[in-house]
Amino acid sequence: MKSKLNLDQAVITEARAYAASIARNMQEFIEKHTTVSTERTVVRLLGVDGVDDVETPLPNVLVDQVKDAGGLPKGMAYWIGNAMIQTGLSPQEIAEKTALGELDITKLPLASAKDAEEKIKPVVAESLARIRQQTEKRNEYLRTIGEGRRPYIYVIVATGNIYEDVVQAQAAARQGADIIAVIRTTAQSLLDYVPYGPTTEGFGGTYATQENFKIMRKALDEVGEEVGRYIRLCNYSSGMCMPEIAAMGAIERLDVMLNDALYGILFRDINMQRTLIDQFFSRVIIGYCGIIFNSGEDNYLTTADAYEEAHTVLASQFINEQFAVLANISEGQMGLGHAFEMDPDIENGFLYELAQAIMAKEIFPNASLKYMPPTKFMTGNIFKGNVQDALFNLIAVWSGQSLQLLGMLTEAIHTPHMHDRYLAIENASYIFNNARALGEEVQFKEGGIIQQRAQKVLADAAVLLKTIEKEGLFYTIEQGKFGGVKRARDGGKGLAGVCAKAEGYFNPFISMMLGGEK
Amino acid sequence: MAAVSTEISKVDLTKVKPYGDTMNDGMVETAFTLPVPYGEEASEAAKQLVKKMGLDEPAVVYSHDMGGGYTFFVVYGKCQHTVDFTSIKVTKVEVEIMDRLECQKFIEENIKRDVVIVGASTGTDAHTVGIDAIMNMKGFHGHYGLERYKGIEAVNMGSQVPNEAVIAKAVELKADAILVSQTVTQKDVHIANLTNMVELLEAEGLRDKVILVCGGPRISHELAQELGYDAGFGPHSYAEHVASFVLTEMVKRELK
Repeated sequence: MKSKLNLDQAVITEARAYAASIARNMQEFIEKHTTVSTERTVVRLLGVDGVDDVETPLPNVLVDQVKDAGGLPKGMAYWIGNAMIQTGLSPQEIAEKTALGELDITKLPLASAKDAEEKIKPVVAESLARIRQQTEKRNEYLRTIGEGRRPYIYVIVATGNIYEDVVQAQAAARQGADIIAVIRTTAQSLLDYVPYGPTTEGFGGTYATQENFKIMRKALDEVGEEVGRYIRLCNYSSGMCMPEIAAMGAIERLDVMLNDALYGILFRDINMQRTLIDQFFSRVIIGYCGIIFNSGEDNYLTTADAYEEAHTVLASQFINEQFAVLANISEGQMGLGHAFEMDPDIENGFLYELAQAIMAKEIFPNASLKYMPPTKFMTGNIFKGNVQDALFNLIAVWSGQSLQLLGMLTEAIHTPHMHDRYLAIENASYIFNNARALGEEVQFKEGGIIQQRAQKVLADAAVLLKTIEKEGLFYTIEQGKFGGVKRARDGGKGLAGVCAKAEGYFNPFISMMLGGEK
Repeated sequence: MAAVSTEISKVDLTKVKPYGDTMNDGMVETAFTLPVPYGEEASEAAKQLVKKMGLDEPAVVYSHDMGGGYTFFVVYGKCQHTVDFTSIKVTKVEVEIMDRLECQKFIEENIKRDVVIVGASTGTDAHTVGIDAIMNMKGFHGHYGLERYKGIEAVNMGSQVPNEAVIAKAVELKADAILVSQTVTQKDVHIANLTNMVELLEAEGLRDKVILVCGGPRISHELAQELGYDAGFGPHSYAEHVASFVLTEMVKRELK
C-alpha cells in the first residue's frame, strides 16, 4: 500500500533495525537474571495458590524461604521439583506445609537439576494445557458469538468493589462496550505480592486478584452471550508483580493486559532491572495465551509535551515491538500505545494528532494499536470534554485504530459514573458509524502540514533510536529521554528482588511457551 | 397599547438564584441515573426527585434505557432557593499563585538556593494519589508535580509513613517544608494523625523552622489552620498552589 503520508520506507527499516538491536542487547542482560516475582510466577504456574494465616500469599512464602537461604539463583522450578522428589508431595501441598512451618524446602537432600526438571514436567504440561483450554474457549466464543468491530470500544470500571464493578461492566457491555478494563486500586503496582480472594474495598479501583479476575470473567461471558458479542477483559500486568498477574490472566482468560516496563520505571519508580526482567516472562506468557498487551507510551505525554515529544512515543513503540518479537508475540497481539494529548489550544493541533495516528498505523499495520483519550487537558468542563473526546474518536476511526479507550467527559473529576460511560459510548458509536470509511476516501496534500509532520516525527524517532542503540536503554532512561523522567539504574523499588542466575538454573515455562505448541 | 418596559431586572445580591436567560428564572439542568427500568414510571420518579431537590416545574427533556434496570435522565427545573451573596465568607490561602516557571524564577531571584520539600501520606493512610499529584513528576490534571520544578528538591516518601519518619527525613535533608497528605478520613482518623504531627514537631522544637502544609479531598484551609498547620489544600489544588504558598511563606518568614 502506498503511504498516504509519503513516509520513507528506508527510514522505517532503519529505525526498526536500531530497535531490534536495543532489544537484543537488553535481552542478553535479562537472560542472565531472575527476580522474586518471576520465580513466584513459576510457583503459581505450578499450581500453588492461597495464603497463610497472616494473608501472605503462598508463592511469596516459598520464594522468600528460598531467597533467604540464598537459593534463588537456582530457580524455584528446581526447588519445587526437588521437594517433590524428596517428599512425594504436590507443589500445593509443599507450599501449605511450608506455610505451617512443617517444611523447609531448602533443607532437603538435593537431587540433580536434571532430575528436578524431569519431575516437574508433568505439572508444567498440565498447567500449559489448562491455559490452552482457556485460549481455546476464547476462540470458540469468537467463532460462535463473534465480536464487535474495530476500533473496539474500551471502557473502564473502577468502583473498588468487584461486585459493583460487575454491575457497571455488564451495563457498559449492554451499552456497546467491547473491552472492559478493571482499574486497579491506587498503589497496588507497588505491592510485592498479589492480594488474595474477592475484594470490595479499593481506592480509585479494585484489587487485581485471581478471584476478582474469575468473577469478572464469568460476568462478561454471561453478558457477552446475552448481547451476542464476546466481551474482552483487561487488567494490569504491570508493577512489582508483572509476570504473576500475567499468569493469573492466562489462567482466568483475560484478553488484554497493560504491560510496559518503561511505564513502571518512569511513573511508578520501579527499578529498571527488576521490571525489564519481569516484563520478559510476562510477555512470554501473554504471547502464549493470546492476550493483547498494551504498552504505555501514551503516559509519556502526560508529563512530556505531546507535540514536542511525539517522536519518543514512536521510538518506544519500535522498542516495544521488538521486545514483543523476542517474547514470540504475534503482531496482532501488539497493542502499541499512543494518545490524543496535545494542548487543545494549538492551531492545527487536530492535524498533528491525525498525522501521528495515521503514521502509527502505517508503520505498524498489523498491530492492534491502542489509542488513549485526552486526559491532560480535560478540565472538569464536561461539555467541552465531550467535544475533545469526539475529535479523538474521529481520528480513531479515520486512522484505523484497534483498541479505543474511550474518553470520559468527566475525566479529571471522578472515576466514571454509569451514564458517563453511556455518553462516551454513544459519542464513539455515533462517530465510528458516521465516518466509517473516511480513511479510505481521504488523501493528504503532498508536502502539506500532515505529511510533513509525520515525516519529521519519524525522522526524529530514528535519530533517537540510533542514540539509544549506541548508549543502551538503561543509560537512556537515566538521562530522562522518555517522558522527561530520570531514573537511576540502581534506584527505585524492587532491586533487592533481582539476582543473577546460577549454573543449572531453569524455568521450564519460558522454553515451553516460546517453543511449544500454541 | 401597553407601555413596554425596557428595564431588565437587576440582581439582588442578598437573594441570588441560577440564571438561564431571565433574571431569577432559577434554571438548572441536572443529569443522573436512577436504578429503575426505563419507562413512564421512571420519568415520573425523576420528576418527583428533582422537585424534592428544590427545583420547580421539573421537565424530563431526555431519558434513555441503559439496560439492566437503569435509566438515564436529563431534567430541567427552576430553583426555588436563594443564597445571600453579601454574607459569604471563605477562608482561603492568601497567596498570589505563580505557575511553575514563575516559581522557578521566584526561587532564583528571592531564595537563591534549592528549596527542599518532604512529603508523605502519613499514618495508616495507604493512598499516594494526593501526594503523588502534588509531588511526582507526572503531577495531576496536566499540572506538573514538584519533582518537575527546577530549584525544588522534592522528596516523596510514599504512603503509610509514620510522622516520626517524616520528621527524621525533614531534619536529615534540612527541609524547608513538610507536606502531609490525608486521603482516608473515615472516623476522622486524619484529624488525630494531623494533630500528632504538629505535636511531634512542637516537642522537637521544629514547628517554627518548617512550613507545614496538609492536603486531601476533605481538607480545607480553615481546618488546617485550626489544627496548627500553615495551610491546607483541598480538591483542585495543584503543585503550583502548594509551591507558591511555600515559597512566598519562606520569604515572608525569612526561612531563606
